[in-house]
Amino acid sequence: MDKTVNQKAWFLVLPVFLIVAFSAILPLMTVVNYSVQDTFGNNQFFWNGLGWFKELLDPSTDLGGRFFASLWRNLLFSAIILAIEVPLGIVVALSMPREGWRVAACLVVLALPLLIPWNVVGTIWQIFGRADIGLLGYVLNSLGFDYNYVSDDFDAWATVVVMDVWHWTSLVTLLCYAGLKSIPDAYYQAAQIDGASRWAVFKAIQLPKLNRVLLIAVLLRFMDSFMIYTEPFVVTGGGPGNSTTFVSIELVKIALGQFDLGKAAALSLVYNLIIIIVCWVFYTVMVNAGADRQADKGAA
Amino acid sequence: MHSIPGRRIILSAFLVFLLLPIYWLVNMSFKTNTEIVTTMTLWPHQPTIANYMRIFTDESWYSGYINSLKYVIINTILSISFALPAAYAFSRYRFLGDKHLFFWLLSNRMAPPAVYALPFFNLYSAINLFDTPWAVALAHCLFNVPLAVWILEGFVSSVPREIDETAFLDGYSFPRFFIKILVPLIASGIGVAAFFCFMFSWVELLLARTLTSVEAKPISAVMTRTVSAAGMDWGLLAAAGVLTIIPGALVIWFVRNYIARGFALGRV
Repeated sequence: MDKTVNQKAWFLVLPVFLIVAFSAILPLMTVVNYSVQDTFGNNQFFWNGLGWFKELLDPSTDLGGRFFASLWRNLLFSAIILAIEVPLGIVVALSMPREGWRVAACLVVLALPLLIPWNVVGTIWQIFGRADIGLLGYVLNSLGFDYNYVSDDFDAWATVVVMDVWHWTSLVTLLCYAGLKSIPDAYYQAAQIDGASRWAVFKAIQLPKLNRVLLIAVLLRFMDSFMIYTEPFVVTGGGPGNSTTFVSIELVKIALGQFDLGKAAALSLVYNLIIIIVCWVFYTVMVNAGADRQADKGAA
Repeated sequence: MHSIPGRRIILSAFLVFLLLPIYWLVNMSFKTNTEIVTTMTLWPHQPTIANYMRIFTDESWYSGYINSLKYVIINTILSISFALPAAYAFSRYRFLGDKHLFFWLLSNRMAPPAVYALPFFNLYSAINLFDTPWAVALAHCLFNVPLAVWILEGFVSSVPREIDETAFLDGYSFPRFFIKILVPLIASGIGVAAFFCFMFSWVELLLARTLTSVEAKPISAVMTRTVSAAGMDWGLLAAAGVLTIIPGALVIWFVRNYIARGFALGRV
């Protein structure tokens, strides 16, 4: 049924608008203000125009170099974890038991990592990966691998990636499981009568049903991995060197570590802009997918 | 027909992968530091609860949990009470700018906390809320209010509109309809939304740490600072970690069927 037009609904939305505006727009205005000024301390500010932005977007400067390095690093990280978590999440969802107490038990275990505070996720893997006191580090080193996430770039990356897979694959699984559950049994019976192979069933019946949830899963996983801060910060602190310094870690270093307000503000705005653009693309696709489904329902 | 070959092995392997690091944390929390550092034992050979006792008796530790709970609870109440009317409005009416507003809310759910750390620090210092639970509670509204609106909108939309119309015909005023009829109908949805507000506020570290210093220091900050200051008291750190997992683990059973829906912003 169509919604009725009622401008008075704004009164119901107003509190939300005000509180989110207070937390989002007001601080962003401060950021915009900082981004066009320079300071030598003592609360004295000087107009700097687009200077910080020019520096930020020019990879040959120190600031620009750091920004682009952390940006590529972060995009690579997001790409790797998506490439692992999405297929793995689907496979695990397909492996879920159908009914009984085992479903409930699986759901509870799957959800467990999602509900652990992010700094504790970091702590868990910091401990688990240490060669002296952690099971993983101990076993790997006993098997003859020279594994040390504190000093080796590759090991640090592997640890951060495995940690993220551990932390978030369940999300993809739970979303896919919810999608799979909505497939009526009749579809499978029809496929069985047609003698469809397992792969054909997956491609023709299950995957189309998963489209929507997978879109949401990819959106959430991309966004959250693109703004990841706490977990790698606790495990590696961005190191060794800068090898696991993602955009948020770089930003916090500049903003709260060096108190370089102008640089941090310019970086914040560009960072936020990227997030909003990606978000908008996903939202549009999601709304269109929703509209298609409505149209299908109408036709059927 | 639904399942794939070797599914038991895949599933079991994955669940073991999920549980092993958690087990290791629990295991360490019951060990003495001597045992942790000197030997590699798969279970505590000299089990001790000294680590837990220390957290429950040392004020600098247990006050961390209380401080965290304070802002998490304030935030959950604020988020739900602000989001409920808005969710109803988005679900039932069209109004000027509704779609843009809905998208704007989503974009705030996705906003990186790192961007807001410094401006929030300035903002809450300026209005004298720095180092109070209110600062963190309000800051977490940035992503929890949008989350609650999106989740609740889905639940309100599943209530047939005829119910509203009948209630209004029966002479219910809007506030009375809202509290007497709508809220009880979507009680489970409110529970789910509250759970997710609680969780996302509970797991966040960066803003909570930036907006507090002494009085309102959350447990996550207590953990990071003690690690760097007191050398490495692994058993204590592990015990503190285990205690932060408990609130989630306690309610997980009740929301197990809604977890996908909550994380997907009510879109599944």
